[in-house]
Amino acid sequence: MTSFDPRRVRADTPLFARVINDHPIAYLDSAASSVPPRAVIEAMSRHYERRHANVHRGVYQTANESTHDYEHAREAIARFVNAPAGANEIVFTKNATESFNLLAKSWGAANLKAGDVVLISEMEHHANIVPWFQLREALGIEVRFIPVGDDFRLDLSSIDELLAGVKLVSVTAMSNVLGTVTPLKELARVAHDHGALIAVDAAQSVGHSSTDVTDLDVDFFIFSAHKMLGPTGLGIFWTRQDLLAEMPPFLGGGGMIADVSTTGYVPAKGPARFEAGTPPIAEAAGLGAAVLYLEGLGMDNVHEHERRLTEDALTRLETEFDGRIQVIGPATTHERGGVISLDVKGVHAHDVAQVLDQYGVCVRPGHHCAKPLMKRFNLSATARASFGPYSLIADTDALLEALSDAVKLFG
Amino acid sequence: MSNLEDLYREVILDHYRSPRNRGELATPPAIRVEGFNPLCGDEIVVYLLVEDDKLVDIKLTGHGCSISQSSSSLMSAAVKGKHLGQVRDTITTFKQLMTVHESSLETTSNPEVVDVRALGELAALQGVVKFPVRIKCATLAWNTLSQALDEVDA
Repeated sequence: MTSFDPRRVRADTPLFARVINDHPIAYLDSAASSVPPRAVIEAMSRHYERRHANVHRGVYQTANESTHDYEHAREAIARFVNAPAGANEIVFTKNATESFNLLAKSWGAANLKAGDVVLISEMEHHANIVPWFQLREALGIEVRFIPVGDDFRLDLSSIDELLAGVKLVSVTAMSNVLGTVTPLKELARVAHDHGALIAVDAAQSVGHSSTDVTDLDVDFFIFSAHKMLGPTGLGIFWTRQDLLAEMPPFLGGGGMIADVSTTGYVPAKGPARFEAGTPPIAEAAGLGAAVLYLEGLGMDNVHEHERRLTEDALTRLETEFDGRIQVIGPATTHERGGVISLDVKGVHAHDVAQVLDQYGVCVRPGHHCAKPLMKRFNLSATARASFGPYSLIADTDALLEALSDAVKLFG
Repeated sequence: MSNLEDLYREVILDHYRSPRNRGELATPPAIRVEGFNPLCGDEIVVYLLVEDDKLVDIKLTGHGCSISQSSSSLMSAAVKGKHLGQVRDTITTFKQLMTVHESSLETTSNPEVVDVRALGELAALQGVVKFPVRIKCATLAWNTLSQALDEVDA
């Protein structure tokens, strides 16, 4: 536990050498995309410089090495989330959004019919909303929402009523706007008691705390490589082997077949069935390196580090701005991650972010692809700061200094 | 490096804090057109009352950042009471102001293309072009007005 040092993570991460507008970069946008360490970038370079072969095809040495790297990443991810049947349950997609489309358009289309209910929540990312609306258009399913209370947490007081007729619960592990952490284990138990399956959008949690899908007892688990120090262009879809075996193919093409003739095709078994076309090979190599790197840091260390940063930032935002700045999210770090959405009275989020950029402070303004949630709290936009394993108190210092300036500028 | 002072000039902050011509007009006789910036959620509603080829009145509602809101306020002050031909000319000039610099961001103005003095207070928005991602904020109201004029013609 004592070996974790965020300054070493920073030294391992080339981006932090950047100077923006004469200030060292204060990267506070890990919720949008985390910053890869050198080990990840080198793993990807190694693929192009030393391997560069397609996977699952050639018999020559570099092709074998490519395939090994790609499949090794699958094993690393299975280990990282504790998938009960290992790599056979891990499907690689383009991003978490594609993973949700795979869930809705393969499992959903095969298992849901008109009148069936998918229960999501008011604090979902559009990636876990729109595919269900599309399925509603196609099949006539009902999409129902778990409300978010004034305490910025899921209101589960009527969960038994909400679960009537529900075939699938699909919720975020952690809100990308509020930082609120969902009580997944409890929700999984209640969902299963009602005969429903449960899917989890873990994009915001996997890179920031330890994950155990076996212990959570969930059925689908979706996340993204670039939010866990890996590269963009690679999403992950996990489900139990028995469910995966029953899912019809999604995208068709090479790589996802067992056989093709002039009369038809036979889909492959296992994850390959859902991986049509040349996959993101260099990205998978990068993801494998990211998993090793995170394992080296220790996810409990990362979680505790970010918890402390969040606690410090919440306290200072509360005390240093005379109520001018409101945190849109839980006030303490209990069941809460390192995503801090800010509403600065009288200053629009885009203007806040613009002033912050002048200080090299990178935050994300906008609706964060969660418009139903923004509407719930009568907001059009927030400025969101979010932490990663490389974040330091100095980043919060820069944030607060820049926020003071923004408040001054707009009077 | 671009300075914030280029972007947030006093005129802009003044129009942001005290927007001109806020409100609605009865439709009909006025026409109402909405404009959205789906990426950032900015929203504007333009009400136009046109009589005898003249923009007799203009009102605005909506929400957004200081640039989109001040630009809409400045626009309303610039076009109210003008003949539609003049309104169109002002739109053209303003949109030139917002585009001429995209290929040469170092220069702050290009007097050969845009007569900045003719724009009056609107010239305060010329600093926006140094912040390319904010140009769409400044042009939202103008595109919406343009669309509204097309409806008048139709």
